[in-house]
Amino acid sequence: MSHSPTTIPEHHPALVHQFDSMEQQREASTFGMWVFLLTEIMMFGGLFAAYLIYRIKYYDAFVAGSTSIDVTWGFVNTLVLIGSSLTMALAVSAAQRGARRGAQLFIVLTMILGTVFLGIKGIEYHQKYVEHHIPGGIFGRFDAVSNYPGQEPNIAEEVAKEKERVEKLSPEAAEQASKQIAKQTEIFFCFYFAMTGLHALHMIIGLILMTWLLVQVQRLNIGPEYYTPVELSGLYWHFVDIVWIYLFPLLYLINRTHAK
Amino acid sequence: MSTAAQTVKPVMPARHYLNDNYGIRSWLLTKDHKRIAVLYLFSITFFFFIGGIFASLIRLHLLTPNGELFQADTYNKMFTMHGVNMIFFFLIPSVPAVLGNFIIPIMVGAKDLAFPKINLMSWYIFMVGAFFSLYAMVSGGVDTGWTFYTPLSSGFVHTNVIVMAVGILFAGFSSIFTGLNFIVTVHRMRAPGLTWGRLPLMVWANYAASLIMILGTPVLAITLILLALERGFHIGIFDPKLGGDPVLFQHMFWFYSHPAVYIMILPGMGVISEIVTCFSRKRVFGYAFVAFSSIAIAVFGFVVWAHHMFVAGISVYSAMVFSLLSYAVAIPSAVKVFNWTATMYKGSVKLDTPMLYALGFIGLFTIGGLTGLFLAALGLDVHIHDTYFVIAHFHYVMVGGMVMAYLGGLHFWWPKMTGKLYPEPVAKLAALITFIGFNLTFFPQFILGYMGMPRRYAMYSPEFQVLNVLSSAGASILAVGFILPALYFTWSLKYGEVAGDNPYKATGLEWQTTSPPPTHNFDVTPVVTEDPYHYGAEEEVTVVP
Repeated sequence: MSHSPTTIPEHHPALVHQFDSMEQQREASTFGMWVFLLTEIMMFGGLFAAYLIYRIKYYDAFVAGSTSIDVTWGFVNTLVLIGSSLTMALAVSAAQRGARRGAQLFIVLTMILGTVFLGIKGIEYHQKYVEHHIPGGIFGRFDAVSNYPGQEPNIAEEVAKEKERVEKLSPEAAEQASKQIAKQTEIFFCFYFAMTGLHALHMIIGLILMTWLLVQVQRLNIGPEYYTPVELSGLYWHFVDIVWIYLFPLLYLINRTHAK
Repeated sequence: MSTAAQTVKPVMPARHYLNDNYGIRSWLLTKDHKRIAVLYLFSITFFFFIGGIFASLIRLHLLTPNGELFQADTYNKMFTMHGVNMIFFFLIPSVPAVLGNFIIPIMVGAKDLAFPKINLMSWYIFMVGAFFSLYAMVSGGVDTGWTFYTPLSSGFVHTNVIVMAVGILFAGFSSIFTGLNFIVTVHRMRAPGLTWGRLPLMVWANYAASLIMILGTPVLAITLILLALERGFHIGIFDPKLGGDPVLFQHMFWFYSHPAVYIMILPGMGVISEIVTCFSRKRVFGYAFVAFSSIAIAVFGFVVWAHHMFVAGISVYSAMVFSLLSYAVAIPSAVKVFNWTATMYKGSVKLDTPMLYALGFIGLFTIGGLTGLFLAALGLDVHIHDTYFVIAHFHYVMVGGMVMAYLGGLHFWWPKMTGKLYPEPVAKLAALITFIGFNLTFFPQFILGYMGMPRRYAMYSPEFQVLNVLSSAGASILAVGFILPALYFTWSLKYGEVAGDNPYKATGLEWQTTSPPPTHNFDVTPVVTEDPYHYGAEEEVTVVP
């Protein structure tokens, strides 16, 4: 690359050929990450919009579905993720200071918290599997009646009973309503799995990114003049956390106090 | 100056991106945006001709009212695969991924795009998508129409919808990465002195298209995922029988797919701005207006999607709003057409091949755009919705507009890409054949549609036959117009005259480097000191001595 007239006297090993300076490289990379996160927002946004439309349309069924998922696990997971955001931020700050061991430590902590989150998600998914609340026909027929001892009773029936009491429906109409609500609850669970599933997929990608990052921190001369990989992974990780911050109230907290 | 240019025969530069290194590895693992553009060129040309074969079969089938060639459901597969191929695997990547990929980093004076590895990855992702789509085609095809409307696509048809959706999903991610690369490159990698107000209009247009790519495509991705979930697991998201809402699918689909037509047309408009200024030897009329009209089209493009759904049962009030907003898109589009015309006014217009395509674009795009206003009118749309009028309108914009612009741009930058000149007389003839064939194919379809011939039917009433025969005849002429460039471009690689660095004496950074450019585009980082398209000034200098 002898042709560049503005050659920098000290050529950082991480500087790639298409950029003139480390600063330009860092700015371009960070900007690129933000643009990428914008596309992610639009992708989740499409899903969120569809979810909100059905939530308005089938409010009763969505309340029924929402109250049947375990808010405690959801809350614990929120705390876990916020904690992982903190350790990630500490990892970036350590990388900026050039404290490589510290950065690696915090990255490992972030990975542990991420894995805990996915583990809890797994417990929740398993609960849904046992309760026959997985929509579609692959994992057994979706059933609004819970067969699991000690779990919530038939959510659709309960909502229909509530409707019967409030709107004074005939028993036949109440049964019809119960059937309909069961179907609509399935839509809630479809969105529940699509949204948390897409989020979990992003978490898994994040964990793979962190593993790569551990090697990079060692291999590249991470320090005050070059810490872009850590910073970008941090941006990504925080984004995935923020998505959960929206998912948690949307899925777990619909009108919970009122329905209980 | 001109005699001097004739006496000194241009020679090929000793080292350039094509002979920098050889072998299949040097191409498949290249991070050079120019080589990736060439990879894209081959891939999308392949898909263009596949889509073209489907189009020819459709036109052959429609020669007779009863359609002797195919069963009705085979016919459904033909138009579906024509649409999917042409839109997702040709039109969307055409100008951005081929011409844009090649020319934009050079236009902004950069050594490469900001993320060369991601650029290469985008081609591989595109090819994975292409593989899925080809697999869907040979293993039974898809017959839902390229719009995949639910619940037809999710519950009723027995064809390869999911495989095709996966293919489109991959193609979509590839275009997201291309758009991301363009945006970062334009923001962060401009040469010294190249301010936003000095950017070539091609860059502005591709920048606007990139905005749509990164904001719209993810929504299509999630829509297709939901469609695949519904089809694969029988979950009711869009199927009314299962409690879903089919109109929601249309909203989500068109939220991307309407802006997508601006992904297709905007880069073409950028190409036309370059060609018109160069072959009129004039500064562009109203630079800022042309530049910002690109952004305006991108912005308006996002708020007009429901004009595809006027008869799908949306409320009258929202239909009125969307109709009004659709009219608003006409303003920036008209700004462009008027400014190109004003640029040509009193210019020294030279009717070389790229200019012929540009003139074709301006005329045909105007017809296509104006008939779009017919369709945006609520009352009239009820009458001509889902007729051949829509087909004709769309093809006037996409083939008469975008394909013309793509071919014009390919001719314009061919000397830069290969270092060789194409044979001018044959190229002019091909441009003329394309123009005539195109109009003969699609103008009768306006009349057919207005008379009430519905789209997507394998049969039609006998009174429509004369116009359909005309259209099919035009299609055969159009095919000749498309095959000719493929032949003489290939010919020119070996036998074409050496072009020299700047065969058109055009301005712009891409003409200051060698043809073909060296691997890192410039031997010395260029410094920009003038506004774009300083053709007037250059001419004065040439005349004085």
